[in-house]
Amino acid sequence: MPISIRESGTADGIPVSPGRQDVSDRAIPAIDDDAAAVDMFTPTQSVAARFRRNKLSIFGAVIVAVAVAAALFAPWLSPLDPDAVDARSRLAPIGTEGHLLGSDELGRDILSRLIWGARVTLLVSLSATAIALIVGTFLGLIGGYFLGWLDSVIMRLIDVLMAFPYFLLALTVIAVLGPGLLNGMIAVALVNIPFFTRIVRGVTLSIRESDYVMAARGIGASNTRILVRHVLLNCVSTVIVAGTLNIGWMITAAAALSFLGLGVQPPTSDWGTMLSSGRQFLSAAPHVATLPGLAIFITVLGFNLLGDGLRDALDPRLRE
Amino acid sequence: MWQYLFKRLLHTIPVLFGVSVLVFGMLHLAPGDPAQILLGPEATADSIAQVREDLGLDKPLVVQYATWMSKMARGDFGRSIVLGREVFPEIWARFKATAILTVTSLIIAVMLGVSAGIVSAVRQYSLFDSIAMLVALAGVSMPLFFTGIVAILAFAMKLRWLPSAGMYSPAGGDLWDLLRHLVLPALTLGTVSAAILARMTRSAMLEIIRQDYVRTARAKGLNERSVIYIHALRNASITIVTVLGMQIGYLLGGSVITEAVFSWPGIGQMMVRAIQARDYPMVQGGVFFVAAMFVFINLLVDVLYAYLDPRIRYR
Repeated sequence: MPISIRESGTADGIPVSPGRQDVSDRAIPAIDDDAAAVDMFTPTQSVAARFRRNKLSIFGAVIVAVAVAAALFAPWLSPLDPDAVDARSRLAPIGTEGHLLGSDELGRDILSRLIWGARVTLLVSLSATAIALIVGTFLGLIGGYFLGWLDSVIMRLIDVLMAFPYFLLALTVIAVLGPGLLNGMIAVALVNIPFFTRIVRGVTLSIRESDYVMAARGIGASNTRILVRHVLLNCVSTVIVAGTLNIGWMITAAAALSFLGLGVQPPTSDWGTMLSSGRQFLSAAPHVATLPGLAIFITVLGFNLLGDGLRDALDPRLRE
Repeated sequence: MWQYLFKRLLHTIPVLFGVSVLVFGMLHLAPGDPAQILLGPEATADSIAQVREDLGLDKPLVVQYATWMSKMARGDFGRSIVLGREVFPEIWARFKATAILTVTSLIIAVMLGVSAGIVSAVRQYSLFDSIAMLVALAGVSMPLFFTGIVAILAFAMKLRWLPSAGMYSPAGGDLWDLLRHLVLPALTLGTVSAAILARMTRSAMLEIIRQDYVRTARAKGLNERSVIYIHALRNASITIVTVLGMQIGYLLGGSVITEAVFSWPGIGQMMVRAIQARDYPMVQGGVFFVAAMFVFINLLVDVLYAYLDPRIRYR
């Protein structure tokens, strides 16, 4: 609709009050072309438009899509059986016939192992993020909303978790539960709970004082209803951004545990274990260790770029 | 200031208490009988009964905790199952190596990160800024063990400039030898923190450069140098110190991985071995020691923070 943008500007689906135009110099139409173009659309469309404008975040999204596709369609994409031992071609270099990315010390195809490894790596890190996100959000939500002793107890617990240097806490959990894929996942998840709890608690503290929560309370809405309908829904974009930015760290941490021999155990293998076992052949066949490392690096970079882009598009307040 | 210091000091008590409960609980949370765990799979029934009595495992948990804690406080961290030696001297000996590594990394991170951040902010959108921020973005995403392996491959194996493992050569042992061994691990460990510091310093500086008091400083004719270093950097240092405090935790944790990559004889390497061997007294001692250290470092950071930002003191 070719109508004047400022009159219909509905960034949040709410008509722009005249006050908003007056207080900020951003309202001068000449320098506000970008924002104005975005304001014409529905909130979802404007978020998408802001996201698309950022080339780097598109790049990140593509990387993430490729990694996720590799993980989902591993059985169809992988050229060979990732565990098939080929004694005739051990430590084959990149570009060998039949082994596009070479082979490892047992003659297993590296490309196939990377594709299958994506499955384990992403499964562990995405599940760990989901666990940390759900538990952390829940604690932050009830702590920040109810305050009082409940909040004190939660925050002291978080303080204790944060008293451990990040990776040390993960090691402590592994020491108790023993090495393994599932335990590694629990370990890295636990370490990241404080991250979500603190962010969500902060947002909750400001939302609980807002007029619409007062109004909801005024008309007799229950705490549960307010928490879910008003507080939680308003945290969603913040949590999505924090979660995406957190995945990169989860991948690194889970891979580090595997690298130390404390995470995923053979015969299952993720990129961390591949890199770890390839270390012994660093001088003879450097690609055996560096290719999985590169895979981790690129995937983490992808999630970080995607997270940065989502943050700028969804919740610019979170900018560093 | 004193009041703040006192309050902050009080705050460490419940945290340290929580840490100690968690570390104490490790042995009891682990699946299986603690005495059996401590003695390993080949233990006889007699020796298990002996250990149960020695540790007071038949007594209530509270009593066990109190006994354990009073021993820990006196530096008696128990005996390593695998090595058979006292845990505390072992940790103390290795702590030196870890401290050298992390402190050097921290210095590298601050020097590289903060200066790159300042230059990037002052020359926003310049070529330097673009390159520095691209490198920082890559640095943030680069896993430590991969950086370490690439560094070994390039500087130790291909170029043969530096040693790839250990702290001293078998023959050598002087400071120069130590420094040569230190370069790769310290740079590896420092990269991620340097990258994060560069990004944070840049954004903090950019925000401050646009403040009114910076405009005033320029308007009254101060040269650009004083404006940047006295007016802008001093205020940005509050953000920098906050980030730095968080980075120390990252460095202490990351030293575990770095030590594994470069066979650096520190606490991290010791702990990974202890976890693999289920050497609980060693793990408990190591975790408790590093966590307690971290609590005190955080205390120091907060004090520094209060010194830099008077608003904190009066909150």
